[in-house]
Amino acid sequence: MIKRLLFRRFVAHIDRPLLTGIGLMLLTSLIVLYSADNANWEQTMKQALNIVVALACMWLVANLPLHYLMRTAVPIYLLGMILLIGVALFGEISHGARRWLDLGILTIQPSELMKIGVPLMMAWYFEKNEATLTIKNYFVAALLLLMPVALIVRQPDLGTSLLITASGFYVLFLAGLSWRVIGGLVIAGLASAPVLWSMLHDYQKHRIMMLFDPSQDALGNGYHTIQATIAVGSGGILGKGYLQGTQTHLDFLPERTTDFIFAVYSEEFGLLGNLILLSMYAFVILRGFVITGNASTYFTRLMAGSITLTFATYAFVNMGMVSGILPVVGVPLPLISYGGTSMLTLLLGFGMLMSIETHKKLVRT
Amino acid sequence: MKKQIEFKNHQREIFHFRLRLVVSIGFVIVLLAILSARLFYLQVLGRSHYQTLAESNRIAVVPIAPNRGLILDRNGVVLARNYSGYTIEINQSKASNIEATIDELSTLIDIANKDRKRFKKQLAESRNFETLVIRNRLSDEEVARFAAQQYRFPGVEIKARLFRDYPFGEKMSHLIGYIGRINQTDVQQLEDSELAANYRGSDYIGKTGLEQSYESDLHGTTGMEQVEVDAGGRAVRMLSSTAPISGNTLVLSIDAQLQEISEQSFGEYRGAMVAIDPNNGEVLAFVSKPGYDPNPFIDGIDPQSWDELNNSPDVPLNNRALRGQYPPGSTIKPFMALAGLNYKTRTAEEAINDPGAFYLPGSSRQYRDWKANGHGSVNMFKAIVVSCDTYFYGLATELGIDNIFNYLSRFGFGKKTGIDLDGETSGLLPSQAWKLRRYQQVWYPGDTVSVGIGQGYSLVTPTQLAFATATLANDGVAFQPHLVKEVRSSRPGESRFIASKPLYNLNIDSRHLDLVKRAMVGVTQPGGTAVYASLGTPYRIAGKTGTAQVIAMKQGEKYDAEKIDERHRDHAWFIAFAPAEKPMIALALLVENGGHGGGTAAPIARKVMDYYLLGKVPKALRNEEVREVGEHD
Repeated sequence: MIKRLLFRRFVAHIDRPLLTGIGLMLLTSLIVLYSADNANWEQTMKQALNIVVALACMWLVANLPLHYLMRTAVPIYLLGMILLIGVALFGEISHGARRWLDLGILTIQPSELMKIGVPLMMAWYFEKNEATLTIKNYFVAALLLLMPVALIVRQPDLGTSLLITASGFYVLFLAGLSWRVIGGLVIAGLASAPVLWSMLHDYQKHRIMMLFDPSQDALGNGYHTIQATIAVGSGGILGKGYLQGTQTHLDFLPERTTDFIFAVYSEEFGLLGNLILLSMYAFVILRGFVITGNASTYFTRLMAGSITLTFATYAFVNMGMVSGILPVVGVPLPLISYGGTSMLTLLLGFGMLMSIETHKKLVRT
Repeated sequence: MKKQIEFKNHQREIFHFRLRLVVSIGFVIVLLAILSARLFYLQVLGRSHYQTLAESNRIAVVPIAPNRGLILDRNGVVLARNYSGYTIEINQSKASNIEATIDELSTLIDIANKDRKRFKKQLAESRNFETLVIRNRLSDEEVARFAAQQYRFPGVEIKARLFRDYPFGEKMSHLIGYIGRINQTDVQQLEDSELAANYRGSDYIGKTGLEQSYESDLHGTTGMEQVEVDAGGRAVRMLSSTAPISGNTLVLSIDAQLQEISEQSFGEYRGAMVAIDPNNGEVLAFVSKPGYDPNPFIDGIDPQSWDELNNSPDVPLNNRALRGQYPPGSTIKPFMALAGLNYKTRTAEEAINDPGAFYLPGSSRQYRDWKANGHGSVNMFKAIVVSCDTYFYGLATELGIDNIFNYLSRFGFGKKTGIDLDGETSGLLPSQAWKLRRYQQVWYPGDTVSVGIGQGYSLVTPTQLAFATATLANDGVAFQPHLVKEVRSSRPGESRFIASKPLYNLNIDSRHLDLVKRAMVGVTQPGGTAVYASLGTPYRIAGKTGTAQVIAMKQGEKYDAEKIDERHRDHAWFIAFAPAEKPMIALALLVENGGHGGGTAAPIARKVMDYYLLGKVPKALRNEEVREVGEHD
């Protein structure tokens, strides 16, 4: 009896449909990783550990009442900004980009923190000014978004900055940014494309060019795209079978356990497997939208919506890049790719979704 | 009131938010649809295309070079063989600094200056990314020393390979030839003849001699190994393989021992000899002196040795037997005699008076006989035996150049014999048409006079003259001369024999043949010009001596061998066949600057025939029976 009560208390703030979806995807992650790592347990075990840690954090966040969540917005954002400035000044350079900050005991990538920090801050800001929203508030919110993005673009990390921009834009969109302004932004964006293009680094331009004709540079930057496309295409309808992918196991696929893990999955499980994976994503996203729809406050609605849409965007960008319709930007496949940081960020987001779903009765006035 | 407005606002706000949410869901559906469409395109429509690409990614076809065919003499003696050994090779694309690498290597392995020079030359000529040999024939100790230090030498590797080896060295050089590394020109030729695929994996190709002319037989068929490779190109496992088919073995009609005796019998003389079995055209010995050691050519000869060979006044690289063109001199006389009989210009008995010189009617120009006071009364038989020039000056004049041309060309003069070696020259049988073409001049009667004794414009190769002699010996039934008797395949039923059917029959009147042959026997009998050739032989030799002028004598000048620089002395010819009654061997033999044919050329021929017909091994050779093979550098 006590045991049951304890258990009920333990799972009180866990959203079961969401956990089911996430759990299935995490299981898939472990299965694919084992193959992607050439049937080695090493990365699979590490990933399992990452998952355990991230799930624990998710549970913590899910149990956090919403006003605590709101209270973390400003500190997280400020911390993120300080770290970003720190990176810009003292960051570690790896692969020609300054993204990491060495804090002695651990190196961190502050842009990861901002993936949550930015929408959190913006949602907090809108909540604060809910009663008297004017166009000025949208402008300030946009500024809150663009400051960190500008720092991340400079690192340079185009992929992350675009994704953070997207998550911030989702907040603005859900907060009711007028269609006229959105239309204006789209036009302005298209008009300024040539200017932006000229601001890109050569390798960034190259990656985008490569999208149109990967064979141009078949052994250089186009290699990843070509080999990934071959892996996906050769998987066919039913796939080559688990552990049977030739592109995977003969080393033709680059970054198999991280950014290109979708190619491994596609090669071995084919279109059928892909449709199952897409269904799992659709399920998790749909659940996210249901939670968003049920959310009781302005802040939680914005936050839940942004998390869900950002998750969808990540998934789309990664799969799009692996299957050759988007340029290669360093975005992992959410919930599947190997990596502790992204797993943690994602599950923290889902923890917030659960908290939003399970604390709403308590907050409703 | 205020509360109501707020409530209303709240409702509106919720409505607007839900609208945005619906738009968001729509957005996600669009994204998922785009992805699904792309995946459908790749995995359903593009499936076979990408599966092909993935297959070609993972499967590499590795060629396996076949073993080159052997070359054997008619008795199975090995003339060209393969043996396995180690080489040390440098991969141009992987080694960073080639000079430094070689310097470093030379501390472990003996690398001679010669090796370096040869390597440099190859480097300049090679295809990019090719692996080049820096040293051959490593000792086991050297292999072990390098193996221990291999990590220091990226791009340098030891390879076990089959090497070509010519155990007879220079004795067979002009006959066997050699193989060498495939160069740009070879690649072009292979591509033009669409053979390039069969040479994937092959490093060598026949360059001269039989190695060249029988390249297609000797090379064999390249095998294939399909292996699964990873992205780094390393073979992971073998999927299937087709074994290579070894090259065919050439069985020559050459008798290695006969060849050796022939070579030795020349001593220090330069020259050439082609000996043919007149009954089937099989070439029994094919000598061109001096020869050269073909072994260093296989992996590229070093420039210094090459210069020595190439600039030597003895021209050892020239295949005299095949390509050397000399005036036939008096060896043409038996053929002229047959022409005279054929056109009934003279009968056998018809005798002329030889005062020691010949004059064309109405001309004071003197055509001297080799014997100052002449031979007196000379009929056809005697004319051949004593090699009377005056007789043949007159005969040629009476025949006329057109008849001479027609008749002699039947014996193959002025034409390539078609022997199975590349690069044969055709000699020169002059005619009116030829002179007009060549010099824009008409034919003068004086030209014909010189042709009568094989001088003037006439040129023959030893091979050609041997063919003509063999045809004469075989009563006018000509066989294609050939060095290879049989091409032996490793696969049953695919071996073949080379040309043993007669080419044509000249249908020479047997009385004419009988006379000329008898006269040629007379040549080697007391009173003949080559009496020493057959002294004491139990068989009878039919022969004819000849002298090819190297420098022309002025009118009235006398030839004096002693006074003339050795290289300007006359070349000595001897053609012969034996036994005269039933010829088994016919030969043409040239000794460069040997003077008179009877003195230098005939005794060599005698030794060759003694061995071939009697199995007699000259004294000088008896102790050399055991030969060391495989140690050529």
